[in-house]
Amino acid sequence: MDTVNKPARRVDALGKVLGESKYGADLQFEGMLYGKVLRTPYPHARILSIDTDEAATLPGVEAVLTAADVPGLHTFGTVVPNQQVLAKEVVRYLGDAVAIVAAVSPAVAEKALDLIKVEYEELEAVFDPEEAMAEGAPVLHEDAPGNIAAHHVLEKGEVEEGFAASDIILEREYETQLVEHAYIEPEAAVAVPEPGRRGITVYGSIQNPFSCRKALSRMLGFKLNEIRVIQAFMGGSFGGKDEVMSAMCARASMLALKTGRPVKMVNTREESLLEGYKRHPYKLKYKVGATKEGKLTAMKIYILADAGAYTAQTPFVTWRSVVQATGPYEVPHVRTDVYGVHTNNCYTSAFRGFGSPQIIFAQESLMDELAEELGMEPLELRRLNGYRQGSVTATGQKLDEHKVSLMEVLDKAVEKSDYLRKRKEYANQQGRFRKGIGLACSFRGCSLGAEGVDATGAMVSVQYDGSVYVFSGLAENGQGLQTIFSQIAAEELGISVERVRFMPTDTAAIPDGGPTVASRSTLMGGNAVRIAAAKVRETLLGAVLGRLKASAQELDWGNDRIWVKDDPSRCVSFEEAINEACSQGELLAALGWYKAPKVTWDDRHGQGNAYFTYVYGCQVAEVEVDTETGYTRVLKVTAAHDVGRAINPETVRGQIYGGVAQGIGYALLEEVQQHEGEIKSLNFDEYLIPGIMDMPEIEAIIVENPDSFGPYGAKTIGEPTLEMTAPAIASAVAQATGRRVRQLPLDLERVLLGRSLQQDRYKRREGGC
Amino acid sequence: MKKLPVVLTVNGKEYSLTVESNERLLDTLRQRLGLTGTKEGCGVGECGACSVILDGNLVNSCMVLTAQCDGSRVETVEGLGTAEKLHPLQQAFIDYNAVQCGFCTPGMLMAAKALLDKNPHPTEAEIRQGLSGVLCRCTGYKQIVDAVKAAAGEEG
Repeated sequence: MDTVNKPARRVDALGKVLGESKYGADLQFEGMLYGKVLRTPYPHARILSIDTDEAATLPGVEAVLTAADVPGLHTFGTVVPNQQVLAKEVVRYLGDAVAIVAAVSPAVAEKALDLIKVEYEELEAVFDPEEAMAEGAPVLHEDAPGNIAAHHVLEKGEVEEGFAASDIILEREYETQLVEHAYIEPEAAVAVPEPGRRGITVYGSIQNPFSCRKALSRMLGFKLNEIRVIQAFMGGSFGGKDEVMSAMCARASMLALKTGRPVKMVNTREESLLEGYKRHPYKLKYKVGATKEGKLTAMKIYILADAGAYTAQTPFVTWRSVVQATGPYEVPHVRTDVYGVHTNNCYTSAFRGFGSPQIIFAQESLMDELAEELGMEPLELRRLNGYRQGSVTATGQKLDEHKVSLMEVLDKAVEKSDYLRKRKEYANQQGRFRKGIGLACSFRGCSLGAEGVDATGAMVSVQYDGSVYVFSGLAENGQGLQTIFSQIAAEELGISVERVRFMPTDTAAIPDGGPTVASRSTLMGGNAVRIAAAKVRETLLGAVLGRLKASAQELDWGNDRIWVKDDPSRCVSFEEAINEACSQGELLAALGWYKAPKVTWDDRHGQGNAYFTYVYGCQVAEVEVDTETGYTRVLKVTAAHDVGRAINPETVRGQIYGGVAQGIGYALLEEVQQHEGEIKSLNFDEYLIPGIMDMPEIEAIIVENPDSFGPYGAKTIGEPTLEMTAPAIASAVAQATGRRVRQLPLDLERVLLGRSLQQDRYKRREGGC
Repeated sequence: MKKLPVVLTVNGKEYSLTVESNERLLDTLRQRLGLTGTKEGCGVGECGACSVILDGNLVNSCMVLTAQCDGSRVETVEGLGTAEKLHPLQQAFIDYNAVQCGFCTPGMLMAAKALLDKNPHPTEAEIRQGLSGVLCRCTGYKQIVDAVKAAAGEEG
């Protein structure tokens, strides 16, 4: 391989370091207006009336719209379309929009918001998932009785028999918090009406242009071909710029269509935190049985996820949880129930990890606690029960179509981190500052799995002069997709990456290839690019057969040339091959389409081949805890990840460093403070994400076991990187302090006192103290 | 609202402007001068995406009123280098994979420049301190630190 599996400079870096790349908020159009949103002051209320007359007559205001003005349907959603672009009768959380304004400046638009008069009738609200499920609780959506947004079941064997056969049973409860994506770029979009015919073009920080287009079609009442969504440069997404962007783009489009002028909308950070969806907080009850030798016999799991006001992707997020909830361990008898429950809290949806960080925190903490009860080294318990080649998962899937590398990643992380020696060294410590080391591991299904249809496309188009376009249905969100896809196209065509130009994702230029989610881009999109580029290469080879007097099988290519294997002096340059093909009237563009291998799922019992391949990872964290303040400093994280094949080792490392940083935030710092539906931490002064001073040394270990389905064997790296950092840190803190914290994040209070005082503070304040 | 005359030198070019008394330097740069390389991430001086160099000092341009800057010299990412002649920091950010989404990149580059202008041979701890006002959500900072180290080595 000439280009793949080698570091390559990012193809999008130049414009970014020059400050020339245009993000959503940077875009300017002639005659552009600015849109702003009026949101509800109540988390659950009926809208009695909206009076926009005064706002509409304010000089500089060009349009004021409410749900009554939505041209199509006022709701959208991937699974259950119950999210409101503008609230019609009822508001269900404090991010719900009631009216939108377009004006000549953001200041005028904001002033107009103050002049809109809305009468509400407050409704009983519910903020706790358990209370929301109870009889008599207010029901948010008629089609979701008991506020159940999703319920997934998994049954393997007979769980009670498994417990009966165990020597030891452990029951533990864990809790994870509400967290924010905290991409540094707040949401932004510009909608531009098409002159002369019905149509709208939308630019912006849109993670999934095709999902956005589909939502717009429903809300605007436009055909898909009347809507063009073009991704601007993305200032981070991590799963977070999907539904919230569909809503923003729809609002901007409605205002643009009403006024006939381009309309820009940009969220402030406060609006972003108020309206944007977050990661589901989970409450997890685990019961595990084992023999006294440490063999797992049974696991019973009950999980409640707070879905918040709308369904969004809760059914998919919780589905990944049900598949992976037992962790990478063989358990003969399993019963799992995962519920996603509606409340009047901020809604929750996709966030890097997608239902895995929560369960991995619980299941890895549980393994540690079980090991302690058994008097075993936690690593040994994992070696005893961890997946090996041919293991059968909780869903009944036999892992035999890929290399099951759990033991390999464990061994590598343990060795590089000097885990065993340090674990012993830190076992007995005195004094104020104490160290600890802990590990966590995971398995993760790649791409969408049985969640839905999984296929995607790419187009490779070779120009007369030897330059190349790549179009992809999947999108660059900052992760490095453009570079990876350019490398793959270059590899297949035998040319340098510099010849390849990756085009912004544009719904009018390429077929719908599904969303850029589930760490599926390299695996799925990479295959599509590879197929497309290989088709063009076959055309080029075919065109030069006569000239080289050889059959296609006798040819080889690379370094901008095609030659005869047995006689490299018989060769043509890439340009010459293009000239031959053009003179023969051949098409030098091709669409590549890749359909994922078959997966199966029985929804009633939670059994099936949930994903067509999996990745394995292990992270070891070393910490120092100040036992007088609870302050935890991470000293080092060692992260071993099997990626199948690293298309670009430098961007893989970048993913690992960045994922671990988000994992450290999840472990120690991050918690969206929400009380009775109101988000209290509305900016980075109160919502703390890791800064450069919070970051320890990170050692990234890339493990490569090429996968038969992946392009060049490549699989997945984006999401696994953050999903096991928090339990590794929690394990290290438990060793340092001698006390396990079962709630995230491990902030000062939880580490020092074992619990958070935040909710007490709200109660005190309400009590008037 | 009162309007005030201001003379600003931005990336070596002088501008005579009349600005609102509450206008932020960030908005002057982005909206009046079209220098959109400087980004807004939080508006409260926490994320550092809007970092620029004002009379040699690193500032959050969302926290500075343009009217305060009369007679000042402002450096933004657009003045750092060109595609033909990149600043060593820009080249190092490309070479060390220090850019992912790129939204924090202009702020990071200006923070690094402000540091190296004053301290051409910083230690790793000094680099981290110098960049600590800028948040990045993608990279975990490691490759950014590597890039600044490399650029410092080259400049020295």
